[in-house]
Amino acid sequence: MAPQGVRPGGVLSPGAPPAQTDGKKQKGRAHMSTNRHVLGWLQAAPLAAILLAFLIAPIVMIVIVSFWGATEFSIYPAFQFDNYEFLFGSPVTYRVFLATFKYALITWALTLVIGFTVAYFLAFHVRSLTMQVALFLICTIPFWTSNIIRMISWIPFLGRNGIANQTLISWGVIDEPLEWLLYSDFSVLLAFVHLYTLFMVVPIFNTMMRIDKSLLEAARDAGASGFQTLVHIIIPLTKPGIMIGTIFVVTLVMGDFITVRFMSGSQRANVGRLISNDIGLLQYPSAAATAVVLLCTVLIVIAILLRFVNIRKEL
Amino acid sequence: MRGGFDLELVRLTKRYGETVAVRDINHVFAPGSYVCLLGPSGCGKSSTLRMIAGHEEVSEGSILLDGHDVSFLPPAQRGTAMMFQNYALFPHLSVRDNVAFSLRMKGVDKASRHARANELLALVDMTHLADRLPAQLSGGQQQRVALARALVTEPKVLLLDEPLSALDPFLRIRMRAELKKLQRELGITFIHVTHGQDEALALADEIVVMNDAVIEQAGPAREVWATPRTEFVARFIGGHNVISLPGGKATVRADAVQLGQDGLPATITAVEYQGASVAVTTRTESGDDVLALLPEEAFFAAPKSPGDAVRLSWDDSRLHRLEA
Repeated sequence: MAPQGVRPGGVLSPGAPPAQTDGKKQKGRAHMSTNRHVLGWLQAAPLAAILLAFLIAPIVMIVIVSFWGATEFSIYPAFQFDNYEFLFGSPVTYRVFLATFKYALITWALTLVIGFTVAYFLAFHVRSLTMQVALFLICTIPFWTSNIIRMISWIPFLGRNGIANQTLISWGVIDEPLEWLLYSDFSVLLAFVHLYTLFMVVPIFNTMMRIDKSLLEAARDAGASGFQTLVHIIIPLTKPGIMIGTIFVVTLVMGDFITVRFMSGSQRANVGRLISNDIGLLQYPSAAATAVVLLCTVLIVIAILLRFVNIRKEL
Repeated sequence: MRGGFDLELVRLTKRYGETVAVRDINHVFAPGSYVCLLGPSGCGKSSTLRMIAGHEEVSEGSILLDGHDVSFLPPAQRGTAMMFQNYALFPHLSVRDNVAFSLRMKGVDKASRHARANELLALVDMTHLADRLPAQLSGGQQQRVALARALVTEPKVLLLDEPLSALDPFLRIRMRAELKKLQRELGITFIHVTHGQDEALALADEIVVMNDAVIEQAGPAREVWATPRTEFVARFIGGHNVISLPGGKATVRADAVQLGQDGLPATITAVEYQGASVAVTTRTESGDDVLALLPEEAFFAAPKSPGDAVRLSWDDSRLHRLEA
């Protein structure tokens, strides 16, 4: 919890108690330290209150509701494991979780390769800082519109009679329109990569910019080729950025439901869609149980990732 | 006699767009010598060093090492090794792996590259810290590791870019003694870039004074100090007074100036006690600042204060005419 992170009264400590006569000093100090204690908690209180109201309380609520019961027309408070039993008893759950992991893994791999390459280019090939900043801002331009718009704009491009198919046909590459371009895993992954690559570029670029350029010269001086420098120096030093980007992408993809729905034409499912369907059917307890399982899954994934790399020094 | 691994710069020039960092310099570095490139910041000494190392492209001219033109070879194939100003140790590798890095790049197996790294760490007295990461070392220790890492490639010439500037003054004096000792033991050429004249005088067999992209003067340390060729060198190397005389400028060493009854009239502007000697700064009527370095006893036998009028004199044989 937040108050533990803030040293009570730490801010005040430089202004040590004023030196007075011995007796007064003792008394003053005792008074001061209780004061400081209270002040420390007060300083931590606003953030703690916000976290409590908007993070902890909703999660607790979801956990509570996940144990409630539901009929076709009502939900009732209870403490029963029906929702979880149904969830873990259904083969659909495993398929959907597997699909979610598949999306997360493939999106992660693609955004990592693209993101690392873009960040590498920006950090090491573009020489002037102005140019780096300019190119970096260009990367963020797509974010000026909502991600639904960005997603939907793929549909006329990828459709059966869309620009991609027409172009390929007019080039003579294909005779029939490609069916798998839209409303398929391909289009879902394409949208994910398009939406989330920047979340990989930013942290990796940030870490790369902190690499001392003389390290690269030192590596060259020691006879390392460009590839060896990449493998032995740049990648190890960029790991924390890669890890932060990975956490962004994995959590975003695993929690997503709208991209999968639009880009697959409702033909593919992931856990987010499972939850959203339950909510649509007013099955809140079941939705809450799925959400709890998803939350735990994502937390476990992040815990595993954090075991590999210490990102603390990046924060 | 030229032989061994001598390094020669031939009409070496470096341009950055319009600005010329190094202009047309020629120099032969004697094999196995300790050479200091001395000059103020921006004089081109670092560019020269980086061109020799291969981290900066040569605009014109060439660099010959042991008779071969190495101007266009990659750094690792030149027979040089560079020690960077901030040491540039790889932060994610242990001290031993840092030293063994170039061997690893060559594909030497782990056991033998670690054995070789240990030898070098023993040479710089760092064996006990071999498993630490660079961030866990002090500045002086990092420097030793950087030195070991540069030497592991068995270079013919070691290039040091302001190696002592990041250390505190006490450590700086200790490390420069160690650098000198190491150079003598290894017998290879050290080229050491510095802007500190005391460092250059303490270390160098040969001093190359650079200013404004050219070499002002090069020669043995004593020669450069005793007979500066130009006013710039005389002022930069310190301990000299530049005096305008009819027929050109001349220098006289600060410790050759005496305060007496007759001679050049001047007014004392500052008195600084330095332990063994006292530095008395005076201004002559023509406006030249003249520094007199007096032995402690001589000064305190007849103490002076700022504002006192004195007369400066020196033995004419101690006067050295400047060429420019």
